[in-house]
Amino acid sequence: MTATEERPDYKYVGTRPIRHDGLDKVIGKARYAADLVLPGMLHGHILRSPHAHAKIVSIDTSAAEAMPGVKSVVTGADFPDLGAAPNGDLAKNVIARDKVLYEGHAVAAVAAGTRREAMDAANAIVVNYEVLGHSLTIDQTMSPDAEILHDGLITRGIEPAPTEASNIVARTCFERGDIDQAFAESDVIVEREFSTTPIHQGYIEPHACVADTGQDGKTVVWCSSQGHFRVRSATADVLGWDTSRVKVIPAEIGGGFGGKTTIYLEPLAVEMSARSGRPVKIVMTRDEVFRATGPTPGSKLKLKVGAKNDGTITGVKAWMAYENGAFPGNAAMLGCMTVVSPYTMEHMYLEGFDVVLNKPVNAAYRAPSAPMAAFAMDTLLDEVAENIGMDPIEIRLHNCPSEGDPAPYGPKWPTIGLKECLEAIRDSDHYKSPVPENAGRGIASGFWFNIGEASSATVNLNENGTATVVTGSPDIGGSRASMALMAAEELGLDVYSITPVVGDTEVVGFTDVTEGSRATFATGMAVVEACRDLKMQLRQRASTAWDCDVEEVEWVDGHAVHSPGDHEALSLAAITAAAKRTGGPLGATASLNARGAGPAFSTHVVDIAVDKETGQTQVLRYTTAQDAGTAIHPSYVEGQMQGGVVQGIGWALNEEYIHDADGRMENSSFLDYRIPVASDLPMIETIIVEVPNPSHPYGVRGVGEVGIVPPLAAIANAVHDATGLRMSDLPMSPPRILAALGEAVE
Amino acid sequence: MSRTHVICNINGDDVEFLCDDGESLLDALRDDVGLMGVKEGCGTGDCGACSVLMDGKLNCSCLILAPEANGTDLLTVEGMADGDHLHPLQQCFLEGAALQCGICTPGFLIAAKALLDQNPEPTETEVRYALAGNLCRCTGYDKIVRSVLEAAVQIRETV
Repeated sequence: MTATEERPDYKYVGTRPIRHDGLDKVIGKARYAADLVLPGMLHGHILRSPHAHAKIVSIDTSAAEAMPGVKSVVTGADFPDLGAAPNGDLAKNVIARDKVLYEGHAVAAVAAGTRREAMDAANAIVVNYEVLGHSLTIDQTMSPDAEILHDGLITRGIEPAPTEASNIVARTCFERGDIDQAFAESDVIVEREFSTTPIHQGYIEPHACVADTGQDGKTVVWCSSQGHFRVRSATADVLGWDTSRVKVIPAEIGGGFGGKTTIYLEPLAVEMSARSGRPVKIVMTRDEVFRATGPTPGSKLKLKVGAKNDGTITGVKAWMAYENGAFPGNAAMLGCMTVVSPYTMEHMYLEGFDVVLNKPVNAAYRAPSAPMAAFAMDTLLDEVAENIGMDPIEIRLHNCPSEGDPAPYGPKWPTIGLKECLEAIRDSDHYKSPVPENAGRGIASGFWFNIGEASSATVNLNENGTATVVTGSPDIGGSRASMALMAAEELGLDVYSITPVVGDTEVVGFTDVTEGSRATFATGMAVVEACRDLKMQLRQRASTAWDCDVEEVEWVDGHAVHSPGDHEALSLAAITAAAKRTGGPLGATASLNARGAGPAFSTHVVDIAVDKETGQTQVLRYTTAQDAGTAIHPSYVEGQMQGGVVQGIGWALNEEYIHDADGRMENSSFLDYRIPVASDLPMIETIIVEVPNPSHPYGVRGVGEVGIVPPLAAIANAVHDATGLRMSDLPMSPPRILAALGEAVE
Repeated sequence: MSRTHVICNINGDDVEFLCDDGESLLDALRDDVGLMGVKEGCGTGDCGACSVLMDGKLNCSCLILAPEANGTDLLTVEGMADGDHLHPLQQCFLEGAALQCGICTPGFLIAAKALLDQNPEPTETEVRYALAGNLCRCTGYDKIVRSVLEAAVQIRETV
């Protein structure tokens, strides 16, 4: 279902062709990183820390090096110490130097003839550790007697600057108006404390790479990532190499959701390949993925919301602490920037604290930091609505920002579609239907910035009148089809006459990593720009053939048309067939830094049944409305919306990291870290709202991330509606709900 | 170390390979036979990406020892199409946009075939339970379930 504003009549944009890379993916031919086999290839394995926090006193690799089949063993000492240089922390995360900072931290790596030989040799490496105290929670790591993770870490954002190191990375504060005045003017004030645990992105493909380092000192890396140009620069930095020595070829990527925007394995494989003279493949196990790759952080949030009896939000005060994992990040800052964005208000005081602790370092996960913030904010707004007897959609419409209003994080809102999302849910069959018996209904909204960044595209016209579109954005879920659709629309070529290709780091211009829902927006913009350049070239060829001014030639539906009508139209194929004689082959490249990524908003409604005997929840019905700007391929827009929702459902109801007292993860498998399965769920109904982004030639705004933001609060609000419980700690797993029901009875 | 000689039929072809006794069928299919369409997502039987049919029955190949395959008939995703003619499940997955990253797709196709071979007219709930051993993190399952139901209709109509 689509709620569409008036828009141009496109021929290809907005249709649903079979994706170009689809066939290989349903017949088992698509090649992911772990599928590559090279002649003479060795297999790598990584030795990981069993301790949450320890000094490395010594590492003895002699026994391992003497074992059968072993060709190379490396430790942190084999890599340069980058100190505070860019990617210095990343380098220390790829392989520990003096300290291990979490269980699973890489300590050494082995390359051998078989995986078994590599594993056996890794287990023969002797590491002497001096075990240190560790912190696993925000409270522990912020306490004055916490063991310090990084000696030089002085908290930023506090005046005067502290003189002693702590585990608090930074304090961030966003302030507007006078928060005390806001609460003094409020008719109703609600406040609660919330907590969430780290959540893994849970991509089904474990991290994998193959590196082949040649005698010339250059290396070729095949890997699964969300951005091979970042893999190139990060790998080179960690090795202390010049970037031009590294070529990265993108394999198909088996899911990322933000988690494959960084590197873990590549420098180890490159170095071991250089030392052995053989290609080296490293593939993580699922256990390693859980223990050593980035989750989205856990959080502890205290929010206070004031409102008037007419529903007007007067102000929000927030104290928000976010885990960063073992190395500093900016999760809390993003939390502060997103927490109140779906609402207008005169007063706010938002304070964020980023902290390090002894867990794997954060990686991005779909709208990073926003879901936990929205969980707190939209739960409290639901409570306000309940207290003043207002419909949960009406209170959101009443406080809804529109174009020109100041966004909480600084700029003025451009054209946005939150109001349209709220109205779409209000008018949906789902919201108009009665709540099922013994169930509850919840509403929530979400916001994500979306970003532009650098993208490149090269479009070549082939002599037979087809086109090849090469971009630098890996296809993480249908972007080849999106690029082909935009190129088809521009050139007037059938979408299947376009071959979309993901180029490696040496065949296409620099392209930033796929993050911030940017691929279809920004890389699509580069494709459109290159196609427009080509259309000008095509018109010039026709004008030369016709000996007329180029202004007399229009490009219409794949043909050069002489506007005065003196010549018969020339098809694109006719022009390309003659191209060698008329000036050479036709091709164009565009590289740009895309501006004006349209912010994304989404509103969700969910019906939940709660079994009061067991605490088990069942999602009965779920509807999401999301502003896509313009849906280039609606099926894959719906897919992003549905996928985000279901990840949010898992986060709300089941998923969590469980550590023992020593800081070791106890549920590092898909059996014990339970992501949603098909039988847990209903169909996820989608309403694509289209409020075009004026900064994009087709009105695109990113759709990848915002879908994960509202489910946490929507589900908590539905659980409240069903049971009367306000659940403020995630996940709302059966034991938690059962315990809360028990407390409520007492 | 001596290796075990295994003879079986894979996707209609007689195949022989040598394997270690402790090797999983998944590793044998990928490393010894070269069938890279069989994917490893966990290695512990929790994700279903390595699903194969062994003598018509659905199995996680990571939980089977390679020597156990001796004398069996195996079907992997590579064997689902009839030449250039895709299996209706494959066609419906493409038309229904039932895949995003595609890493779980081979396992889902095999698990769905196992269901439809047994139950040509499943309900939505039966599809959801039959596929509950296969994890997909991209789609939220909606388009997968719809595509399996659509394929069931098409298969019934052509029989």
